[in-house]
Amino acid sequence: MFNHHGGTELRRTQSRQEQPDHLGTTRESHPLSRNCSLRVSVVSNVLESFPMNKVVASADEAIRDIPDGATIMIGGFGLCGIPENLIRALVRKGTKNLTTISNNVGVDGYGMGLLLAAGQISRHIGSYVGENRLLEQMVLEKKIDLELTPQGTFSERIRAGGAGIPAFFTPAGFGTMVAENKETREFGGHMYVMEHALKADFAFVKAWKGDKWGNLVYRKTARNFNPMMATAAKVTIAEVEHLVEVGEIDPDLVHTPSIYVKRIFQGELYERRIERRTVRKAS
Amino acid sequence: MTKPAKDTEKRERIVKRIARELRDGFYVNLGIGMPTLVANHVPPGIQVVLQSENGMLGIGPFPIEGEEDPDLINAGKETITEMPGTSYFSSADSFAMIRGGHIDLSVLGAMEVDEEGSIANWMIPGKMVKGMGGAMDLVASAKRVVVAMEHTTREGQPKILKKCTLPLTGSKVVDTIVTEMAYIRITPTGLVVEEIAPGLTFEDLQRATEATLIQSPSLKPMPS
Repeated sequence: MFNHHGGTELRRTQSRQEQPDHLGTTRESHPLSRNCSLRVSVVSNVLESFPMNKVVASADEAIRDIPDGATIMIGGFGLCGIPENLIRALVRKGTKNLTTISNNVGVDGYGMGLLLAAGQISRHIGSYVGENRLLEQMVLEKKIDLELTPQGTFSERIRAGGAGIPAFFTPAGFGTMVAENKETREFGGHMYVMEHALKADFAFVKAWKGDKWGNLVYRKTARNFNPMMATAAKVTIAEVEHLVEVGEIDPDLVHTPSIYVKRIFQGELYERRIERRTVRKAS
Repeated sequence: MTKPAKDTEKRERIVKRIARELRDGFYVNLGIGMPTLVANHVPPGIQVVLQSENGMLGIGPFPIEGEEDPDLINAGKETITEMPGTSYFSSADSFAMIRGGHIDLSVLGAMEVDEEGSIANWMIPGKMVKGMGGAMDLVASAKRVVVAMEHTTREGQPKILKKCTLPLTGSKVVDTIVTEMAYIRITPTGLVVEEIAPGLTFEDLQRATEATLIQSPSLKPMPS
């Protein structure tokens, strides 16, 4: 295991025997050759240190360093699987001029609707915002910049952002307003639109269970955007209903591997509000 | 507020007809609104699996009061239940499933559909833009796209046009239109009417439609 220290450093994976590759070079002999199999990793002097002890005491603690103007991805579909505690903490903190990336914007008076009402969001990127009258008003008054993108494209942009794919082609939106000013291309007789990856400074992720390393497990449809957002931000903060010891989650059942999570805490309060309670009669 | 009986009748005819398109083993996405009612008419003896774009395969019925689970909702944000065989996955995986052409049948509503099969169902200029959600992905990728809609607007204006006037959800993507008046296939040569509601003449149908309709040589009445 390596510890971070400043400066440029070559990182070598452990291997017993260094066999020369097809050009006759070994890992040790050509550190900067493009044919070399060495992985060169530049650790800048501006350190981003993320210790293995990822547990923070509370939502307030978790967001302490979020500055005005930050870009934040927020998980959830409607009100399902939203990081309630982090959202409430952000409202308390009053951080403003935010760019938020989330499928919806909560509802008036709850979830991200609270951030909206507090005037903390300057720009929002999402796919459906129909449940907010306040947002409607703010868009008309030009108090917020709104970018709407098809939900599948939105999902894939975030996935791509975490997966090192800068841009991709999708059939969604070809021939519609969505494709305006974007490159389009034909593949196999069908037309596609080029879309770019989305990344953020911070991601607020809600999971059902997480361990102290940040391995996460989601529950049912509360999963939705959380897994992709966890991968696509510089600092992913996870709030969980159940925080457990490392080793308690079956490795085969981990949904988000720990590598993606930088901070984790057990949420103080979960309201888990239902947006449209729909029932059938008991027969 | 309940819909007038006539409207309910119209919807019943539409969704019942679409349900006849289901085949055993189909994986189906039903759009918000009228399309969800197709699930109430799955023909006996066949099994279909419903996909919800927010990350679920195998949607069960609405829960009984008191059994609602806030972590278990459909794409319309309504509480639902699981069934044996249900699976969950992320939104990226859900849309990969959709975009990768794995959904056998996609049913959605529309404001307008035109002769070339273009569809407009997400935005009315001048009114608040709510967003397109997953509709654009669905229409661009499903193996078969079926539109479930009433034949005319409340004011009696045609919804099947020569060319869509509203902002498009998809260009030339619809395969079939089912209304309370007719079952129409979109073909390279135009809109072919395969079935017509009992008691309706072809002329009546054409009068209610802006696009030019072609009568199928095997035109028959819509089953009731």
